[in-house]
Amino acid sequence: MFWDALAIAVREIRRNLTRAFLTVLGVIIGVAAVVIMVTLGQGATESVTAQVESLGSNLVIASPGRSMGPGGSSAPNFQSADATAIRDAVSEVRAVAPVRSLGVNAVYLQEDWSAQAMGTTTDYFSVAGWTLAQGRIFTEAESRAARPVCVLGDTLVKELFGRQDPLGAQIRLKNMSCEVIGTLEGKGQGAMGNDQDNIVALPLSTLQRRLAGRSGSRDVNAIMISAKDGTSTDRVVSAVAEVLRQQRDIRNDEDDDFSVLDTKQIANALSSTTQILTLLLGAVAAVSLLVGGIGIMNIMLVSVTERTREIGIRMSIGALPKEVQLQFMVEAIMLSVAGGVIGILTALGSSYLIAQGIGVPFFFDPEINLIAFAFSAAVGVVFGYMPARRAAALDPIDALRHE
Amino acid sequence: MTGTEPLIQLRDITKIYGSGSAAFQALKGIDLDIHTGEMVAVMGASGSGKSTLMNLLGCLDSPTDGQYFFGGRAVEGLTKEERALLRRHFLGFVFQGFNLLARTSALENVELPLIYRGISRSERRKRARRALDAVGLLPWEKHAPNELSGGQQQRVAIARAIATDPSVLFADEPTGNLDSKTSVEIMDLITDLNRNRNITVVMVTHEPEMAEYARRKIVLHDGLIATDDRYDKHVYEAARKEAV
Repeated sequence: MFWDALAIAVREIRRNLTRAFLTVLGVIIGVAAVVIMVTLGQGATESVTAQVESLGSNLVIASPGRSMGPGGSSAPNFQSADATAIRDAVSEVRAVAPVRSLGVNAVYLQEDWSAQAMGTTTDYFSVAGWTLAQGRIFTEAESRAARPVCVLGDTLVKELFGRQDPLGAQIRLKNMSCEVIGTLEGKGQGAMGNDQDNIVALPLSTLQRRLAGRSGSRDVNAIMISAKDGTSTDRVVSAVAEVLRQQRDIRNDEDDDFSVLDTKQIANALSSTTQILTLLLGAVAAVSLLVGGIGIMNIMLVSVTERTREIGIRMSIGALPKEVQLQFMVEAIMLSVAGGVIGILTALGSSYLIAQGIGVPFFFDPEINLIAFAFSAAVGVVFGYMPARRAAALDPIDALRHE
Repeated sequence: MTGTEPLIQLRDITKIYGSGSAAFQALKGIDLDIHTGEMVAVMGASGSGKSTLMNLLGCLDSPTDGQYFFGGRAVEGLTKEERALLRRHFLGFVFQGFNLLARTSALENVELPLIYRGISRSERRKRARRALDAVGLLPWEKHAPNELSGGQQQRVAIARAIATDPSVLFADEPTGNLDSKTSVEIMDLITDLNRNRNITVVMVTHEPEMAEYARRKIVLHDGLIATDDRYDKHVYEAARKEAV
């Protein structure tokens, strides 16, 4: 009987394919929206976490302002001396790299490209986990002398030089001419969707004196600290914070005007934002799935009225009310399940494309697909029940007389 | 026919629609025996209760009071489900409006009652084809009702009714929507089923010419049986010739 109900449902759906499609469109959109949102959201979370953690588990970053990201910039920058103070005071520290960054236009012959100039020390490359592709990094001597030498990130190499050899070439940053002494291996996209490889690294002193202009020439935007292997980053974080409080003359009753975070905290801070967003978008999408379910109920109710005579015929030749109910239930469930399957396939296809488009990894999570599918089936059961009950409750004589 | 137990026995059957001052007594105490193999025509003016009687006999409805024995079993107190099962296994219906499923082939229409009987697909096909063949419509098995003439549609309906080999065939104004020539063909078919396959036929009609096909003619008046005439064989044959 069940298989016959299934066959009847298939025939009824095929008989009115356009209407069936429009009916399930609500479910398709609902399921697809949920799956796309969650898939992309999880991809974003994954990429944030992966990017930050790729920096290394023993990395600690100090930045001015209470929190990461924009809005915390009112606090004064660090000074180069702060970095030295940290190195001297905290014994667990392996290396400290102060970083002063600023946007510049890099020019080589006819090519130009805007990039991030990172003024820093030789320790930066190991602390931030860069691998040298070609040439060398700048020396301590070059740093002290504020020599115009630079190391290019992968993006900049490609944009300025193409297939040419960049080593030894002179590029221009603002009004400073600067020799390329090395290039870095590509790292790919950063945690915030930025291009990490679009940088040019040069000695901090060079940047401060020759590029930053007169104002705040000793400023540093961030201090990157690498803890010794086997030490707890928590200890380093609190020790660094203590040093910085002293350096910045913060009284005991005042809050920090800077933040010190290890990679795990950064990853958590960033991914919790994307997770909340994912949840929110998923919830909005789930509402549309509910609306899709109501669409199915509406059509099934119309269908019961339209097919009252058919129900009467079936009952007169011996169909039990529960068999009529089963028939309509199966039809509703079939519609919603078909919607669920099409929705999931649509979602996987489009989230794969969107993920490529916005540069987020495509992250297939079987769980959300299963949940969306189960939910769509449940929509069929819930919203098919009432119309099916109504069909089953019809009186055969009245149903037969129905025009 | 005497000596054996009647297939259908009605005892003091009443049917009241509505309640209180709006109550309407459609049947006011019907006693009726119908034996296996009979062909009965039920006649009467509209409002005389013939449709109500038909619905009760066909177990589509249950009486307000009285007893109804079908094959010796009391069926007046059965639930909706039990009545559905009784229809499924013992009764066949032919309606004035054919009542075929639209956009469904003749063969599939005939298969329908067999589906509810839980008969396997191949066996279903076979029996449905046999029934269609019996009404002469096997070449039209793939056609949907809207591609068939009225007479052909009614033949499909008859095939559907007899596909399950029912004990009783209920025909509610079977020729009501047909022209006179087609009516005769349909009545010949029903008569043939009655005589050669021993299917008991109960037919409601308001056309006297059609009632002439039956060997027994019951006339209802105002919820009661007014006359219940049996024709002997010769009278029946003569009447039939005349009608043809």
